[in-house]
Amino acid sequence: MSTITLAGKDIARTDDGFFEDPSQWTEDMVPDLAKAEGIEQLTDRHWVVIRFMRSEYLTKGSGPSVRALGKSSGVPIKELYELFPKGPAKQAAKIAGIPKPIGCI
Amino acid sequence: MTKRIVILGAGTGGTLTANRLARHAEEAGLEVIVIDKDDDHVYQPGLLFVPFGMAEAEHLVKSRRRQLHRGVSYIEAGIDHVEVDQNQVVLEDGTNVPYDLLVVASGATLRPEETEGLMGPGWGRDVFTFYNMEGSIGLQKALAAMDHGRLVLNVIDMPIKCPVAPLEFTFLADAYFQGRGLRDNIEIVYATPLDGAFTKPEASKHLSHMLDDRHINLVTNFNTGEVDEEARKLISYDGQELTYDLLVTIPLHGGAAFVGMSPKLGDELDFIPTDPYTLQSKVADNIFVIGDAAGLSASKAGSVAHFEGEVLVPNILAWLAGKPLPESFDGHANCFIETGHHKALLIDFNYETEPLEGHFPGPFGLPLLKDSYLNHMGKLAFQQLYWHLLLPGHDIPMVKAQMPRAGKRNLEVKHVKTGK
Repeated sequence: MSTITLAGKDIARTDDGFFEDPSQWTEDMVPDLAKAEGIEQLTDRHWVVIRFMRSEYLTKGSGPSVRALGKSSGVPIKELYELFPKGPAKQAAKIAGIPKPIGCI
Repeated sequence: MTKRIVILGAGTGGTLTANRLARHAEEAGLEVIVIDKDDDHVYQPGLLFVPFGMAEAEHLVKSRRRQLHRGVSYIEAGIDHVEVDQNQVVLEDGTNVPYDLLVVASGATLRPEETEGLMGPGWGRDVFTFYNMEGSIGLQKALAAMDHGRLVLNVIDMPIKCPVAPLEFTFLADAYFQGRGLRDNIEIVYATPLDGAFTKPEASKHLSHMLDDRHINLVTNFNTGEVDEEARKLISYDGQELTYDLLVTIPLHGGAAFVGMSPKLGDELDFIPTDPYTLQSKVADNIFVIGDAAGLSASKAGSVAHFEGEVLVPNILAWLAGKPLPESFDGHANCFIETGHHKALLIDFNYETEPLEGHFPGPFGLPLLKDSYLNHMGKLAFQQLYWHLLLPGHDIPMVKAQMPRAGKRNLEVKHVKTGK
């Protein structure tokens, strides 16, 4: 576990960089979180994905996999990888302040 | 008054549930109906062995109908969709089958068409899957004809049925080409979208050593976007390329097609949102789910369907009697992993506990996470248990629905979070 400061708040995160407490997240943290993921230019399309991840987590209790994201977010998988090159589900989950999407077994 | 239970699917989960329910039919006043589209029950674990000539395809198939207890009615028909609000199933021929309680046991289906180029000119030529009978038989011929080059095993994405089977395939391929004296001419590559050999960290470590020992190249984080079958290469979404001479693919999986046609029933992959402990669907109180059809974080494996059956039937009977659901499933899975040369490894785990070393089902049982001849014999013997104990709905001696804790090492310290 590690702690970082975002928007004036101390945020506890897991070793792999996911929020311990998703309720601490606010939208104004997004630019810094994205930068840490190597995303300098946040576009509207990034926001579509980030907000979708967030609402899926709040209604279903976990973030979607890449494939589910591609089917239901309105952003095709190819574009998801252009937006989040290091893995859309993982990167968008970190930026949206939600836990790591549950790896299917 | 008689209560009608309709079970969709006569595979592992549907058959054993029907047979277990049939025993209570009289006392509980049940009519049990099973629906499936054909009469071919395939012993799916056997498909892994067909490509290597270690199992005969025709010995893996029996009549679905004949695995069912006499008191169970069987309808051989395609399912068009389910009307959740009307409590009825609509068959492809337009017939309505009303139910008091529905059990969805329709498994997972392969969706190779969802990956760009996968069903192109190479499909059936130098691109195969061993996840169905046709592919498995085709692959046997393709392997026999191969004397040099690169064999790539690619998992397109999770979830898949039997997540250990792709690894087993590479182990068996290694042994197979050694046996033919050709191993030095064949490069074997295992390309997976995961960040390791397997989903669970402890087992993943063991398995990646086993890949190393066998000189099987592990490529991780490879998310296949398309297959160029003219150029014989896989192209990932982030632009990496992987060439092959023979491609063994594990295509995308989804739920049964009728689930997608049924309003409110499935999620975006056509699996059914299900309570992980009671196996009651989150869609309607009178719909329960067993096996691969469920959108759970449990493995899509026959052993899981078997353990779920022991929980599901008491819960169904309680629900029909208006009582609280008594049983809770722990996500228990138990898988033999063939490692080649007549050896196999055994893993045993559940929602909370990842596969650990030790012995199963207790301190003097089969070795866990270690390859042994005993485990290989266990895997072979299981086919008989499957037809004669598991499907008829009997308990397998010593093997319980709940994961055994005795015999496992380091049980207290190694916990994985599932978030469920």
